[in-house]
Amino acid sequence: MTGPGVEHWGSLMAAAQSGDGAAYERLLREILPFVRAIVRRHHAAPDRAEDVVQDVLLTVHRVRHTYDPARPFAAWLGAIAHRRSIDAIRRKVRNDTYETFSPIAYETYADPSANKEIAAHENSAVLGEAIAALPPGQRQAVELLKLKELSLSEASAASGQTVGALKVSLHRAMRALQRIVGAKETE
Amino acid sequence: MAGSDDLILHLTAGLRPVKRLPPPLVRAFIWLSVVAAISAAFVTEFGRIETFIDRARDPKMALELIGTLATGILGVIAAFELSMPDRSLRWVLLPLPSFVLWLASSSYSCWRHWVATGPGPWVLGETTGCFAWIAGVGVPLAISLFVILRRSCPIDPGPVAAMAGLGVASLAAFVLQFFHPFDVTVIDLGMHLAAVATVVILARAAARPGLDGVRV
Repeated sequence: MTGPGVEHWGSLMAAAQSGDGAAYERLLREILPFVRAIVRRHHAAPDRAEDVVQDVLLTVHRVRHTYDPARPFAAWLGAIAHRRSIDAIRRKVRNDTYETFSPIAYETYADPSANKEIAAHENSAVLGEAIAALPPGQRQAVELLKLKELSLSEASAASGQTVGALKVSLHRAMRALQRIVGAKETE
Repeated sequence: MAGSDDLILHLTAGLRPVKRLPPPLVRAFIWLSVVAAISAAFVTEFGRIETFIDRARDPKMALELIGTLATGILGVIAAFELSMPDRSLRWVLLPLPSFVLWLASSSYSCWRHWVATGPGPWVLGETTGCFAWIAGVGVPLAISLFVILRRSCPIDPGPVAAMAGLGVASLAAFVLQFFHPFDVTVIDLGMHLAAVATVVILARAAARPGLDGVRV
């Protein structure tokens, strides 16, 4: 990509490395279209693409100390965007391999409408209590990632927890919820 | 997109200065210098230096030593280069010529030994000590190298770890020559390569937990 902004991205990043927040914000806003263009070559779905774009921004933030102002910034950024896009594809392939969506797996009554209404009513009360009983970090992870359906990047930004910490909290919360709901159902 | 805008605000709020990493070649040189200093002290104290010098006068042996040492140095340099986000994956080819030289000269040594003395008994004998040496020295070296490489937060840790493993195992194999007062046989060569492969595989397996600084 060439354009009026590309040439000074390197100097903006050099300023950001020195702690200039305004230069950094300007840089991140200017590179968004460039990053989106690379990511969308690999990911057609807009939601998924935007998740990957945010992953790229987080990576840029994390590895910004590795940028050498003597080298072209666009190549540095392009390599990160390309790598994160490939990583997202691999994650998707892994998930698709091990997870199967089966609507009938949720059906427990012969009449579908009864099934949905009764089960939803019963489960929501149990689930609400179970979520309320979770430790604060786990409860926040469930609320942001499952109830509000934020991406990991958004949830991280909203909560101040790292993506890794959110993943761990969510995993523990889901196991705790399974245990609590399972115990209620056997009562 | 609101999510990305929010994220940018979050990332830029209260931004702190970061210390820029020195060039990878400089970092590789520093790490290699420290390892060279420790190895030199160890070899001076315990190595068979006169035997080593006598053997190194043989051009075939000199080539083998140069190939081993160069594979170690170039493997470490390749690891440092690959740890930077914008470096080409072709850096993995850097230690390849010296590795071929090492393999070819060692194989010639095996063939010469075979012609002179026959195949000999197919027993492991002291070669298990060679394996233990390369793995025993290579793994701690790899850990120390991982600690340095982690600062780059490699975005693709696999090739970085593999090159680091090849580099440290080759350096260990080079230092081993100061305690290995005989030409390699087929069994020796097989054991040396198996040890190098073991260190590379272990390093590659440890790439994600050891080097992945990106998964915040």
